[in-house]
Amino acid sequence: MADLVTLTGLSRRFVSPGGWLSKPRSMMAVRGVDLTIPKGSVTGVVGESGCGKSTLARLVLRLLEPTEGRIHFVGIDLTGLAPPALRALRRRMAMVFQDPYSSLDPRYTVGDVLREPFAVQGQVPAATRISDLLDQVGLSRALAASYPHQLSGGQRQRVGIARALALNPDFIVLDEPTASLDVSIQAQIIALLQGLQRDLGLTYLFISHDLGLVRYFCDRIVVMYLGAVVEELPHPTAAARHPYTAALMASNFTPDPLHRRELANLTGEIPSAFALPAGCAFAARCPRVTDQCRVKSPALIAAADGHATACFHPI
Amino acid sequence: MLLKVENLTVGIGRVEPLSGISFAVDRGEILGLVGESGSGKSLTALAVMGLLPLIGGRITGGSVRFDGTDLTGLPEARLRALRGRRIAFVTQNPMTALDPVQRIGEQVDVVARMHLGLSQTAARARTVDLLTQLRIPEAATICDAYPHQLSGGMKQRIVIAMALAGKPDLIVADEPTTALDVTVQAQIIHILATLVKEQGLALILITHDMGVVAQVCDRVAVLYAGRLAEARAVQALFAAPAHPYTAALIDCIPREGMAPGTLTGIPGAVPGVAHYPQGCRFHPRCPRASDLCQAEVPPLSPLDHGRVACHHPMEVLHG
Repeated sequence: MADLVTLTGLSRRFVSPGGWLSKPRSMMAVRGVDLTIPKGSVTGVVGESGCGKSTLARLVLRLLEPTEGRIHFVGIDLTGLAPPALRALRRRMAMVFQDPYSSLDPRYTVGDVLREPFAVQGQVPAATRISDLLDQVGLSRALAASYPHQLSGGQRQRVGIARALALNPDFIVLDEPTASLDVSIQAQIIALLQGLQRDLGLTYLFISHDLGLVRYFCDRIVVMYLGAVVEELPHPTAAARHPYTAALMASNFTPDPLHRRELANLTGEIPSAFALPAGCAFAARCPRVTDQCRVKSPALIAAADGHATACFHPI
Repeated sequence: MLLKVENLTVGIGRVEPLSGISFAVDRGEILGLVGESGSGKSLTALAVMGLLPLIGGRITGGSVRFDGTDLTGLPEARLRALRGRRIAFVTQNPMTALDPVQRIGEQVDVVARMHLGLSQTAARARTVDLLTQLRIPEAATICDAYPHQLSGGMKQRIVIAMALAGKPDLIVADEPTTALDVTVQAQIIHILATLVKEQGLALILITHDMGVVAQVCDRVAVLYAGRLAEARAVQALFAAPAHPYTAALIDCIPREGMAPGTLTGIPGAVPGVAHYPQGCRFHPRCPRASDLCQAEVPPLSPLDHGRVACHHPMEVLHG
């Protein structure tokens, strides 16, 4: 499979300007991420809040400017692209946002929402396009005249997906598209996304905090911790080698009362990204930590099977 | 049974958002109260806590027997003596459950002072002890912190410490980990489950996650659109769910080795209280629905290790 998207050394720093009582300070939300996204695949990015996964999602589409690094989309470097050229290329990429309540304009009807991508690109949609889009995401055509407040959360997220599909993109970034939905609706949306991916040959970057869901939905899994990639699983059932991934897997609640396990014995919480420790960022919570981990940061090293791990003492 | 809820019906204004809810939980047990948003889980918790007047609701039928006393007829003063003392509540969002301008220690101390009549010194000793039990490092120092200085997981532990401070017999926890990260969620659920077993508490755990239910609960009550669908022992329920809604909820959780396309979700959505359908409220979304389901409310019938309300229950191995 050819690579559709390539990220090289991608970093993003945020600076908090400080105020009357506080000094300005900065943090690296994303630190040196290298990643290739093969065409037609679903790549999952998993991690807890503050790990930089949503920042990464925005960087990939250049909705945020990277502080360092490059983003190549179909071989074209997005980082150096002038706005008109970028806009032309953006036709081929789209994003579905986490919160279907705040990502739709309350004053737009569903039809308006779906016509907007065409307007931005200076296009006029074919007469049947809006109805086709609604069909594709399993919404009644009659909903084109409805406003977001008349829809349920699941219906709104379907509108968000239809909007992403409007311009026939190759690549869609899905930023926790089901995080604010009920499990029953989450499963509906995942089934829809899976069907669309198969039928339209789409490439997804799927951001989530739910490792169980990522393992079900994705072909490949990238695990992030405090802005950096700590492990890349070449296939969704690969066993964890990084202790953090192992802890994430152990924190997943399996729906089987006959296989109860000792829940993850992971203590502590993610340290603040404003005060990153020296050495491995996970050292403070890691059961396998040694002195080496506290002073030196392990590099992400790929094994022959494509399984990459950033750990001095992998499992 | 420490708590026995029988045929509970709740009214708010002219609508009846909950009807015929029955379940029970004993000391040393965890009852999982599950269902999608809008199924009535939180409302059931408020009813058990006697807090319905806060939202303009009232219990219009049935009973809530706690340790032999029916709470439904109890005057507010007697309820207040129970609440916080013998029945404690852990809310969903720890960010809003704590007073932002009061130190952590003082907020936990006040529970033991009010309900157990402890002195300031004794109450603080108890607070430090509780925080240590909840695996909060440097508990004595944390007592002097303000809520904004703590992470979400720490705040939720403080809220649990407040619940425990009055030495309750029953804790009602309304989605206590929904706002937290996955590794922290696992820690908190583990702590709660350990407390129940070690101290012989009873816990009602409200959740929409069948994974959590399977891992820690002893009994399960599944609610749908304000009615009880199924209430059974956890192993029996997962081995062979009787209500199609229960089966569908379990199938919404992705499992290891599931083939692509097998996760389908439940079509449609939970109806609002103004749009409850006739007959079985689940029938518009149910793959097994018949004419009977549209016409008649299924009665709650006894079944292997529990009860189910369905005209066409799925096959259950009786054992």
